[in-house]
Amino acid sequence: MSNLATSDWHDDIFAVLQDHDVKQVYHVPDAGHSRLIEACQTSNSIRTLALTTEEEGLGLAAGAWLGGQRSALLMQSSGVGNTINLMGLTKTLRFPFLTLITMRGDWGEFNSWQYPMGQGTPKVLEAMGVLLYSVDKAEDVKTTVDAAARSAFNGGQAVAVLLRQKLIGIKTFGKK
Amino acid sequence: MSKATLQRRPLVKKVLAGADDNLLVLSGLGSATYDITEAGDRPLNMPLWGAMGATVPMGLGLALAQPAKRVLVITGDGDMLMGMGSLATVATQQPDNLAILVLDNEKFGETGNQATHTSPRHNGPTESGAGTDLSVIAKGCGIADTGIVRNESEVAQLVKDLRTKKGPIFRVAKVMVEKLGFVMPPQDGAHLKDRFRQALLGRP
Repeated sequence: MSNLATSDWHDDIFAVLQDHDVKQVYHVPDAGHSRLIEACQTSNSIRTLALTTEEEGLGLAAGAWLGGQRSALLMQSSGVGNTINLMGLTKTLRFPFLTLITMRGDWGEFNSWQYPMGQGTPKVLEAMGVLLYSVDKAEDVKTTVDAAARSAFNGGQAVAVLLRQKLIGIKTFGKK
Repeated sequence: MSKATLQRRPLVKKVLAGADDNLLVLSGLGSATYDITEAGDRPLNMPLWGAMGATVPMGLGLALAQPAKRVLVITGDGDMLMGMGSLATVATQQPDNLAILVLDNEKFGETGNQATHTSPRHNGPTESGAGTDLSVIAKGCGIADTGIVRNESEVAQLVKDLRTKKGPIFRVAKVMVEKLGFVMPPQDGAHLKDRFRQALLGRP
């Protein structure tokens, strides 16, 4: 998490979610999103739900939309594989869907177990027809997430933003 | 074989009798979708044709978005087994407007009535499950108000609980294995979603 202390891109994402009137945020605990998750948990305007598996987020997002609320799913690339069948819901129901994905197995990753799903993430999302946005610089986070939210909530698309490991910082567990 | 005596279609008809604009109904794929449709297709029904395991999460998202409405999820044991973790997620939110009814015939009905995990153990080479008790699982997940209904004499109370009791509530109804006709709602998901939102929100 090398640049976590100096960057405020997490706060930029929180501001974008509020600007777009997102009312429900779903997450599986994740180090890369932790600052954003805490901001959502302490917000009065956003309901924040921890999931047992990322796929619950698709059902929840569809239900929230049926009830007139916007939502966002925060997950790690390793969770994307859990969602693939239910990503199809965004096509069959045609509802706006926004997910923000912190990448692992992407840039200097130390844990070999993260590479298969990390490298597969863009391909499987594309296969399911999800629009992909990618960001690797802190100064581009706000405009990218805002554009993704517009494509989702105004354009009715299923959109994923890949928050690249270069942006998040390489997890080292104290090793070099 | 299951010793259940309750029939799912008359049961669901009673559960949904007199449904008004305050009642939002989601059904799990397969039989539950045909059951609620036989009771009477309506815009505030969201009958699923797929998305196995996602029915309860969808009910939760809807219940949180519409706290003044009653949300009723009606699904089968196979769908519930696939999404068991979502019961723990429901419990984290304790939505007081959410009721879940599992029509448990101990079979994967859509694929040829293979035994699910709720079938008894030691029930022969092809009919054995684990005796899984979904109401105990729901309670263990943190949903305090759970129960199993087996007899016609308990149905009136079941209907009352599902329609009016403070949620979250979770009920299993043990139902017979029956050969029933398909009673199909519209299949187009976008149409189902749009008609639901139009009826609920006044816009698609």
